[in-house]
Amino acid sequence: MKILAQLTFGAAALVLSAGIASADKLEDITAAGKIVVGVKQDYRPWGYLDSDGNIVGLEIDLAKDVADKLGVAVELVPVVSSNRMEFLQQGRIDLIIATMGDNEKRRKVVGMIEPNYYAGGANVIAPKGSGLTAWADLDGKDVCAIQGAYYNKQVARDYSANIVAFAGVPEATAALANGSCVGFVYDNTWIESQLASDAQWAEYEMPFVTEQLQPWAIAVPLDELDMAYGDKMRDIVTDWHKSGFLIERNAANGIADNPFLQEQQDRLK
Amino acid sequence: MESFEAFFSWLYSDHGINLTIGYDSYDRGRFLDGVWTTIKLSVLSILFSLIIGAVGAWVQGSPLRILRVFIGFFIAFFRNTPPLVQLYFFYFAVGTVLRVTGENGLPQPLVSNFGWAVISLSLFAGALNVEIFRSGIEAVPKSTIEASEALGFNRLQTYAYIVLPLAVRVALPSLGTNLVNLVKTTTLAYAIAVPEILYASAQIWSDELNVREMMNVLLLSYIGLVAILVWVLHRWEKALRIPGYGV
Repeated sequence: MKILAQLTFGAAALVLSAGIASADKLEDITAAGKIVVGVKQDYRPWGYLDSDGNIVGLEIDLAKDVADKLGVAVELVPVVSSNRMEFLQQGRIDLIIATMGDNEKRRKVVGMIEPNYYAGGANVIAPKGSGLTAWADLDGKDVCAIQGAYYNKQVARDYSANIVAFAGVPEATAALANGSCVGFVYDNTWIESQLASDAQWAEYEMPFVTEQLQPWAIAVPLDELDMAYGDKMRDIVTDWHKSGFLIERNAANGIADNPFLQEQQDRLK
Repeated sequence: MESFEAFFSWLYSDHGINLTIGYDSYDRGRFLDGVWTTIKLSVLSILFSLIIGAVGAWVQGSPLRILRVFIGFFIAFFRNTPPLVQLYFFYFAVGTVLRVTGENGLPQPLVSNFGWAVISLSLFAGALNVEIFRSGIEAVPKSTIEASEALGFNRLQTYAYIVLPLAVRVALPSLGTNLVNLVKTTTLAYAIAVPEILYASAQIWSDELNVREMMNVLLLSYIGLVAILVWVLHRWEKALRIPGYGV
């Protein structure tokens, strides 16, 4: 009985806190003088720790720009893929800018801001000097991959590559390292981050133009999506594309040109 | 062919049973390649495991102690470790050391993943076959061996012409069980990306999300494959039968 009472009380408190949170978030942020943004700190160069222990990277540049545009300070909270949406729902953070892919399932949980600010896709990591310059060079060659990745089929079909798919990234990279395949097809963003951060990949490169893009979105709490806060974020992302800010920051962080950014700029201009 | 594909399209549209291998020639190609790879893998592994078993059992009876100890170690190693671990060991540990320079100037593995799967599965099943053949050899009466010695056969001749033919007959039932198990163990090659049936099916269901349908196809395929092997073994057993001798 006591437990039941506690549960009821807990539920009531939850409803109450949700009620408070759904008051105009944009005003809350302005009043507090800071916006709390959830970012990655383990995904170089999108979000990582520099040698002084500060979180830096492309997405941190974006978070700072959001704060500047709102005229408030920024507070960065490191998140990982498995807790970022929960943090947002609990009100621990106000905004997610954390390499988050946009899909239907997640749209039921958090408010995905459109236009999408970024996109990841498929590319190949291959040893320098492998002679690969375009996707068509994969014709008839063994290419390592991860079982179940959405782009495997298209790479096999369009370029007649022989997909050698493993259960996990360590197996696939081990097979790549011992020369069982000419390259490893995987998320271009993962490849970028490995090339940028791990000395193991010093003799490797990402030779192709990224394909089969899947959009990423920044996210606000679901019930803020159609409120002033959501509108403001939409304006900011649109402006990032229009003004070329994203393209510029992308290059400034040492990331290879992303066809998605150019596409969006052309579309929104 | 068209009505065949139309049937499977209808099965999907009207009953929600999505057998892409029925109406999508690309998926069917992948699947049939998988079946063919499993057959090749099974046949080669069976062949080499039988050779390893026969040679191993002969060496086990050798007067040289060092050879007997070596075979003992070999059996212990392959019988006491899981075949999946052996496969990983060969492919990722040994394969990394055994490398040659390929045509593009970059190091390449000397043995392909298919090659390692054949080697690993043959050694695994071969180690068990040694024991199975030994049980057959021990069932050959001592007097028969003495008779062959009396006729002037040396040790190898006695083994090849007298002992092994009799031992195989005695060992055939348990040999059959081991070979059936070997065919089923070929699915482990999935772990090192050998495109056998399980691998092909997993590729198909992760693209088409028809896990339920492909699981059924997979089970039926193995029932079919093993049924063929059992039939062949049965025929072999019949052909080898000596009227009036033991089994």
